[in-house]
Amino acid sequence: MSHILSIVTFLPLVGALFILLARGDTASAARTARWVALITTLANLAVAILIWTKFDGASAAFQFVERAQWLGGNIDYHLGVDGISVLFIVLTAGLMPFCILASWKSIETRVPEYMIAFLALETLMIGVFSALDLVLFYVFFEGGLIPMFLIIGVWGGKRRVYASFKFFLYTLLGSVLMLLAIIWMYLYAGTTDIEALLAHPHFPVAMQGFLWFAFFASFAVKMPMWPVHTWLPDAHVEAPTAGSVILAGILLKMGGYGFLRFSLPMFASASAQFTPFIFVLSIMAIIYTSFVALAQEDMKKLIAYSSVAHMGFVTMGIFTLTHQGVEGGIYQMLSHGVVSGALFLCVGVIYDRMHTREIAAYGGLAARMPIYAACFMVFTLANVGLPGTGGFVGEFLTMLGAFLVNTWVAIFAATGVILSAAYMLYLYWRVIFGKLVKPSLMAIQDLSLREIAILAPLVAATLVMGVYPNFVFKVTGASVEHLIAQNKVALAYDRAPKPTAVAERAP
Amino acid sequence: MIATDIATLLPELILAGGAMVLLLFGALRGEKGVALVSMVAVIVLAAAAWFVISPVNAQAHAFGGAFVVDDFGRFAKLLILLGSALALELAEDFLESQGLAKFEFPVLVLLATTGMMLMVSASSFIALYMGLELQSLALYVLAAFNRDSLRSTEAGLKYFVLGALSSGMMLYGISLIYGFTGSVDFATVAQAATKPGVNIGLIFGLVFLISGLAFKVSAVPFHMWTPDVYEGAPTPITAFLSMSPKVAAMILFLRAMLVAFPGAFHQWQQIVVVISVLSMALGAVAAIGQSNIKRLMAYSSIGHMGYALLGLAAGTSAGVEGVLIYLFVYVITNAGVFACILAMRRDGEQVETIADLAGLARSRPWLAFALMMFMISLSGIPPFAGFFAKFYIFMAAIQAHLYIPAILGVVASVVGAFYYWRVFKIMYFDEPAPAFDPDLGGRVRAILVGAGAFTLFFIVYPAPLVMVAQGAAHALLP
Repeated sequence: MSHILSIVTFLPLVGALFILLARGDTASAARTARWVALITTLANLAVAILIWTKFDGASAAFQFVERAQWLGGNIDYHLGVDGISVLFIVLTAGLMPFCILASWKSIETRVPEYMIAFLALETLMIGVFSALDLVLFYVFFEGGLIPMFLIIGVWGGKRRVYASFKFFLYTLLGSVLMLLAIIWMYLYAGTTDIEALLAHPHFPVAMQGFLWFAFFASFAVKMPMWPVHTWLPDAHVEAPTAGSVILAGILLKMGGYGFLRFSLPMFASASAQFTPFIFVLSIMAIIYTSFVALAQEDMKKLIAYSSVAHMGFVTMGIFTLTHQGVEGGIYQMLSHGVVSGALFLCVGVIYDRMHTREIAAYGGLAARMPIYAACFMVFTLANVGLPGTGGFVGEFLTMLGAFLVNTWVAIFAATGVILSAAYMLYLYWRVIFGKLVKPSLMAIQDLSLREIAILAPLVAATLVMGVYPNFVFKVTGASVEHLIAQNKVALAYDRAPKPTAVAERAP
Repeated sequence: MIATDIATLLPELILAGGAMVLLLFGALRGEKGVALVSMVAVIVLAAAAWFVISPVNAQAHAFGGAFVVDDFGRFAKLLILLGSALALELAEDFLESQGLAKFEFPVLVLLATTGMMLMVSASSFIALYMGLELQSLALYVLAAFNRDSLRSTEAGLKYFVLGALSSGMMLYGISLIYGFTGSVDFATVAQAATKPGVNIGLIFGLVFLISGLAFKVSAVPFHMWTPDVYEGAPTPITAFLSMSPKVAAMILFLRAMLVAFPGAFHQWQQIVVVISVLSMALGAVAAIGQSNIKRLMAYSSIGHMGYALLGLAAGTSAGVEGVLIYLFVYVITNAGVFACILAMRRDGEQVETIADLAGLARSRPWLAFALMMFMISLSGIPPFAGFFAKFYIFMAAIQAHLYIPAILGVVASVVGAFYYWRVFKIMYFDEPAPAFDPDLGGRVRAILVGAGAFTLFFIVYPAPLVMVAQGAAHALLP
């Protein structure tokens, strides 16, 4: 039990090792790779759920903590989860089997490498959420670029090379500044231990702005916030379906997680100072990218822009620093992880059949694919934020939080809800409804059993998240409360007159 | 007294003596003795390493302080010996297949190594110059080793002419330093240089000295020889040039600046910061357009020396520690990259363009995986060893408040990542080019596996190297 976080983090690598060592001709190696990957991710999901059930939601402390000597000099191998991070681990482990299943048929070349890349990516993503040491966090955070670069570049679409390099260079440029900030923090505080830094978040106010900005550069690109979001549509369009699911479902959440874990509690004064800036960027993201989404001809691009808009709600909610806003931000991330992942899977379903993502190539699918139309509708409405679906809770809470802080922000954000209804329903109408006139669509098949097995649990998850959000709040509540309190304490400390300064002024 | 001095010098004497014995043996046996000479040369290197690890006497100085033995120098010496041994092992099959198997090669490597060992232990400018020239002369010959190839002889000649120029500049600088301090001994110079208001003549000497040293580490603006020499020299010799001599010159740079000129820190720090930033930037930008992988590695080495110089610019014990870790990781990774380059052979012919690597991931997955790791490691991205090397360098830079150079450094590393990852892209994304010859040769394979394992698993247990480098750094700057 004491090493359960290490297990959930590194179990996928064990699976990857198995695939690596498997021998045989191409067909049998591919079959082995698929099954090993599926079994590994399912086993990992079981471990993640075990962690969730054992997690004590009443406590804000880090749990399942592990610590070992690593680099020396107070840079340790330190893992642990609190209410904020534990559900992201569950989300990651939960989406992985769907990714593997979604790639079952659509990936036919270099299958073992593909599965290895995905399993390595799972390790690195879970590591990001469980690391409690800044350097360790950075290693996981940036190491994830390697498998994602491969997934987009090898199994992607036509402009895959461009997209993979854009993805890689954008995110790298964002995160190298964070590395310098981490080093500065280490030299100042003498430790990179996140737990210790959270307990005494007293960086000098004059430096906080720089540190905050360095972390912001990294998380804003990852999130992605307007105006550094342009890598996302390219990456989404070119990535294979499962790659898009992971990008939208997990990688984008690292940015929000980073804001919650580092920016708000550690640089409280700078966060307070930059909150209006974040609000402006969030509003821009919500409104501008929604309009851009309206004009898209490519389904994946449309969903990608809608992701940027939804992440705008997340940043807005998080930075309100109200209980509702932060909880809403976390909930929005979790539900968006499920919903956008599911939407990409839906696109993947028809892409596998028709090999085009152009909206104009479809129409009237409801006639031939009723089950598909039903599933797609649930996710569309969830993305719009209809009450009763997972999307509603997050958007509602973030706007509630925004109302408490700044009415104008909330009003502008509310227009995003309308716009999201516009572009999503417009998409749904063009693809699913209308007359089935295109000859190429006449023979299209409804969902296969495998595809139903993929989409049905996600439909269930979306609906459950819509009607019973408390199962999330039970876990996150204490930690969010603690986070807000931490921020307040740090803010008060920064604003209080320093005794040393008084002593200096005295003759 | 002289007997203990000689005992202190035992590793260097073993190398020099070994080189001469092998030279005689080779001259007598001719071409038939090449394999034996090469094998014995490695044994000689190992023997020298043994006596570096466990010296016969604990004396720290020899010849009136002109030669010092400390943990700092010993770390560097082991690294140099390792680099030379790796180069010898990489070279053997290659030279044989290219009809270049001559017994002079191991002998020249041994002589160059002797020079490098003297360089890292030098504590007076005369000893420094002597070691440097011994090294350089052997390297000039090595660069032109393939004497029937126009490219190789051109490389050797270029290296020689520019190298001689830089040696001349350095010697001029040393004479100025001598003239204004009255001594060639590092300690005495250090005392003279700590007087308030460092003498302008001494500064002139310092600048000429730095110019010469910058040439040897191939830092901008004295880097011009590097791409041509790297491209022209036979591949294993390029590998050698990129490993041990870089270590020796960098260590010499550290010792000369930190021991002889601590008082002029602010004067030389400016220069070192500028050449460091320029090297990082040029290494990153100029490599983008290269199509020849050896030329690419030349620009890569210019960039890497820029990062190492950033550690020197910090001027602290942490900086020295960072440089030592950096050099260690760099040598191992470079050995791996050159092992991969040596494996780039079609129908017995060596190929060198990056495009030849196309689709390597499908024809040779393990080779491609290894080269991918080395490239990512060189670009400084976790989880591979190169990240930790850069981490310690930047740590030292931030500690010394070199914020702007550090930011420029990370930005340059992003630009540099583009060309390293381009190699990665060509191997993994592109359609396969015709496959390489399957036979790697046992030695190249072993080096590939070793370097790959180091690069991959360094993250698991980095503490030993960090601790040793820390100890070595404290030996130089207590």
